[in-house]
Amino acid sequence: MDGNAPNRAFAHRHLLGIEGLSADDIIYLLDLADSYFEFNRRPDKKLDVLRGRTVMNLFFEDSTRTRTSFELAGKRLGGDVINMSVRDSSIKKGETLIDTAMTLNAMNPDVLIVRHPDSGAVELLSQKVACSVINGGDGSHEHPTQALLDALTIRRRKGRLKGLLVAICGDVLHSRVGRSNIHLLNIMGARVRVVGPPTLLPPEIERMGVEVHHDMEGGLADCDIVMMLRLQTERMHGIFVPSVREYFHFFGLDYAKLAAARPDALIMHPGPVNRGAEIDTEVADDITRSVIPEQVEAGVAVRMACLEAITRNPSTEFDGAAS
Amino acid sequence: MTAAKKLPPEFAADHQARSGPDLPRARTAEARVASAARTAYINARLLDPASGLDAPGALLTEGAEIADLGPGLFADGVPEGIETVDCGAHCLAPGLVDMRVQLREPGEEHKETIMTAGRAAAAGGVTTMVCLPNTTPVIDDAALVEFVIARGRKAGGANVYPYAAVTQGLEGKRMTEMGLLHAAGAVAFTDGTKAVADALVMRRALSYASTFDLLIVQHPEEPSLAAGGHMNEGEISTRLGLVGIPAAAEVIMIERDIRLVELTGARYHVAHISTAEGVDAVRRAKARGLPVTCDTAPHYFGLNETAVGEYRTFAKLSPPLRAERDRQAIVEGIKDGTIDAIASDHAPQDQESKRLPFAQAAPGIIGLETLLPLILELHHNGHLTLADLVRRVTSAPADLLGLEGGALRKGGPADLVLFDPDRPWKIDAKRFLSKSKNSPFDGRPVQGQALRTAVGGRTVFVRED
Repeated sequence: MDGNAPNRAFAHRHLLGIEGLSADDIIYLLDLADSYFEFNRRPDKKLDVLRGRTVMNLFFEDSTRTRTSFELAGKRLGGDVINMSVRDSSIKKGETLIDTAMTLNAMNPDVLIVRHPDSGAVELLSQKVACSVINGGDGSHEHPTQALLDALTIRRRKGRLKGLLVAICGDVLHSRVGRSNIHLLNIMGARVRVVGPPTLLPPEIERMGVEVHHDMEGGLADCDIVMMLRLQTERMHGIFVPSVREYFHFFGLDYAKLAAARPDALIMHPGPVNRGAEIDTEVADDITRSVIPEQVEAGVAVRMACLEAITRNPSTEFDGAAS
Repeated sequence: MTAAKKLPPEFAADHQARSGPDLPRARTAEARVASAARTAYINARLLDPASGLDAPGALLTEGAEIADLGPGLFADGVPEGIETVDCGAHCLAPGLVDMRVQLREPGEEHKETIMTAGRAAAAGGVTTMVCLPNTTPVIDDAALVEFVIARGRKAGGANVYPYAAVTQGLEGKRMTEMGLLHAAGAVAFTDGTKAVADALVMRRALSYASTFDLLIVQHPEEPSLAAGGHMNEGEISTRLGLVGIPAAAEVIMIERDIRLVELTGARYHVAHISTAEGVDAVRRAKARGLPVTCDTAPHYFGLNETAVGEYRTFAKLSPPLRAERDRQAIVEGIKDGTIDAIASDHAPQDQESKRLPFAQAAPGIIGLETLLPLILELHHNGHLTLADLVRRVTSAPADLLGLEGGALRKGGPADLVLFDPDRPWKIDAKRFLSKSKNSPFDGRPVQGQALRTAVGGRTVFVRED
């Protein structure tokens, strides 16, 4: 694998968000992930890149796919991966996020992968530990590996990111996936639209460099990529849309609405899919248009790349040892 | 740099005997006799916004009162037997009256006590603290009003006057015994950090308070619009993925209340105003002659929402730090007199309440020790004269609340601050005397510092360096 990886350093100790990364950083990670994408299709999937390293999945919020994806990535690279679900244990005993961080830090892990329901919590935790931290999703803030796997999927299909027109549709307000994608696509020179009712779009979102649309037809017109977001009902503090039925009628992706996009437009979704809420079942399963399974596949490759990049960063080793 | 000197023994000894007030307006004759020591403050720049005095001169305190003052006083020297303080031509002004302080006692003594807040106040030149009723238990009963006053007197750092709650338990439902609470010493009424949300309850509270000409102080935020919010709504909250509180939540509450003031004729005060629209609503109400007043706090003209940066919980406040245009409007409001007073909004929080993800962290900033230098920024930036500024932290709040301090007046309380308005220093949280250290102003270079503070004629603070 070494020979395939670009010979540039990824000079970040943590991966807390896409905001703050350069185009070169992103290309570095995507190139590395590309090689792992192919590697993962081989029968023998074991490497020793992370041999001797301990990776901890620290999830303060329920997750199956992201945690599994990181676990697989760590194991395929030869690392020791441990899963911790803190949701039901320490927090109820009154232990704070910082306490948990300090406790785990004392066990000398090399990488912590953290998911937390509060925006900014992963960054706060990263300030208190000596190891590298990868953000596995914090509140409505960022989910950098999801944006990277989306970018890898797009790049593999379209050959580029620059100049593509991408529509991000649905619950952008609560979506860390949406925010990370907006950052990444802007950094890489794509054009980004957000589409949804104003109740599901964050205030002043246009200042993040997106065009705002409130109707699917206008928002999807001439798009190369239609990125659907999950309607995260469990996050709703109140009533943002009148009903799932009404939402689907106006904002759910079906063939009629998809017709506005380019004929070769790809359909993406970070999963898990709410069939009949934000996307029609047939559209989601349309193998000529939907790349949803490919996104999952890219996820493992991207997470392998991130784990390798972070642990290879020379400053990580010194920082980790010193502090 | 900001170390407090130990009190002179003669003062430290008489903590118990100090002339604290029984009632807001009353100081007892016994107390006056008990400590009839005289102190001459010579070579001072006498600064008294209430009377318009700003001239070199001297001041004499006798016991707890100001016995004399003026440009010609002690022109022929100070008679023997009077302690003399050379003011070094610095400003001698009425001690600051801080009309919005959270003392955390009773109930959260791990964050602050009346004693520690009193020390912080003294170091900041604050001689009167008016404290919010959001303690545990809530100050909604006459016995608790008396408890806080008694504790304040015992602590001996600064005068303590409590607000009492507008509604029982701050629950926003049933009125407190405002008349009896006032008789016990509550200076005004507020539900503290919570708005009185129900329009009918607010109408009745205003209406009933007008019976006794009492002031109702509102936390200006429509709670349903602010629910779940953690910072100002806008581009930054969107980037950080934090639920925002729209600026409109403030003006909606203020404008509703102004209608209720029209209906009831009651005196109404908006606490820590933070938005351009809010200031404008108060400005228009005043122009129509309504009994509406407001205050703000240094963070609302000294910082804006960018202070939140990357989830800095020390910049989490309620109401939240606003946009730059709001900050500028607050400065304008102070300049044109729409904003009557400035309070520190002192809200101590311990580490455990702040070292958390932003959404879980408690709001608040401490301010007793930074109130003076931060308001002086407005002077150094050429926005207001020194007298105009000092008025907002002395006679203006004293007048609003019917307190007798806040002025240099013969026979008035000898609550004094000697300060150098130009002295440069750097705010250093490690040196705060307050029990909590939550200040986003830590490290900020400022100008102006209290050098000496006296409460009721007693020196409670002398700066060492």
